[in-house]
Amino acid sequence: MADIKEMKKALFEPILGSNPIALHVLGICSALAITTKLETALVMSLALTVVTAFSNLFISLIRNQIPSSVRIIIQMTIIASLVIVVDQVLKAYSYEISKQLSVFVGLIITNCIVMGRAEAYAMKSPPMMSFLDGIGNGLGYSFVLIVIGTIKELFGFGTILGFEILPLVTNGGWYQGNGLLILPFSSFFLIGGLIWFIRTIRPEQVEPKE
Amino acid sequence: MSAKKETLGKTVGVVLAVCLVCSIIVSGAAVGLRSLQNDNAALDKMSNILTAAGLADQAAGDIAGTYNQLVEEKFVDLATGEYVANPNEGMTKPYNMYGKVSKTKDTSTKVEGNVGFSRRANIANIYHIKNASGEVSRVILPIHGSGLWDLMYGFLALDADGNTVRELIYYQHKETPGLGGEVQNPAWQALWNGKKLFNNGEVAIQVKKQAGTQNPYAVDALSGATLTSNGVQNTLSYWLGDNGFGPYLQRQSWKS
Repeated sequence: MADIKEMKKALFEPILGSNPIALHVLGICSALAITTKLETALVMSLALTVVTAFSNLFISLIRNQIPSSVRIIIQMTIIASLVIVVDQVLKAYSYEISKQLSVFVGLIITNCIVMGRAEAYAMKSPPMMSFLDGIGNGLGYSFVLIVIGTIKELFGFGTILGFEILPLVTNGGWYQGNGLLILPFSSFFLIGGLIWFIRTIRPEQVEPKE
Repeated sequence: MSAKKETLGKTVGVVLAVCLVCSIIVSGAAVGLRSLQNDNAALDKMSNILTAAGLADQAAGDIAGTYNQLVEEKFVDLATGEYVANPNEGMTKPYNMYGKVSKTKDTSTKVEGNVGFSRRANIANIYHIKNASGEVSRVILPIHGSGLWDLMYGFLALDADGNTVRELIYYQHKETPGLGGEVQNPAWQALWNGKKLFNNGEVAIQVKKQAGTQNPYAVDALSGATLTSNGVQNTLSYWLGDNGFGPYLQRQSWKS
């Protein structure tokens, strides 16, 4: 059993220290597409955290049985099954949001973070630590999505989680929504800005010049 | 990575075991949650219809109850405008004019023009809203047509005179948020209330710039979303015309 310090590290290090999006630049496509509204970003974060945590757990449990020649396929099978289950649960209990997320929940299967953690960590580590690592990386992903989602929804629509903060001109207020922020690709600028910010306060993440 | 992992028998065994476990979990989730999902889909449709009926506030917590009490589903033969029996009478699956019937030759008609789909079902699902004394107070017509990016699906709610619009709501579309997506803006939807569709039997309703609030036959186009506005116009022109609900609205079958 790993000690508490190591568990804490597995859980919280990926938020700022080794953030999957900011440091490894993985999982960008979904971060671009579903951050227009904070609510969808939250649900997506939750779904990805659950999938990463449990796929890490299950893969770690059977890591000594997995033949290395077919390990990627087995990882994919486990991840895909979990994603389908999450999708079904969302459709059953949160129909409105599952309509908005549509294909993106299914695309968690191809999210590099899940696969990357399974291959890089869960194949070598005991189940408990792998589970925490999965949650940690899910939190790292969530952190970025929530920051981006908040900025985009606040300045694009003038709302946070649907509550009006800056009344829009179209609804009789004074705030002219920023049309750029509503479109998916504006996340590129925001994620870039976030990476810049994190690397300014954590200069050790800057890659050495070649 | 010990050598014993790599025998063929073990590889096949592990793969089969993983597949078996995963398939049981997936099918278990799919079957176990299906009834909840179907309920959700049905409830979603009911709440869209109630919104078009202007009853969403009244329904509040009890969507299914309000729906069953005040809404009646009817089936209209679009060519004649007359009511017909439920085509799926006795079947478990409800009739859906956007389903398979809209693709099959026998049950659909080819569509001319630029409305965005090539065939439409011969029989449409429409909805009567009844008031307390049992009279039809609103008729709700399903409409769809292409916007800028994809088909937009909505409901058009009319008064019992078959001419006055009460609501035009879109419940499914892929328009750009903030531009064409404003078809769902309550402020824009409110512009439709009270507009007239027909003038001397001709389709007169227009989505145009600077329509003003006085003109009963025109609604302001969405700014920055010309193609979406054109899509709304094309959709209405088609569905109110002779190939759409025109014959039904002239006949006013709900009055008899």
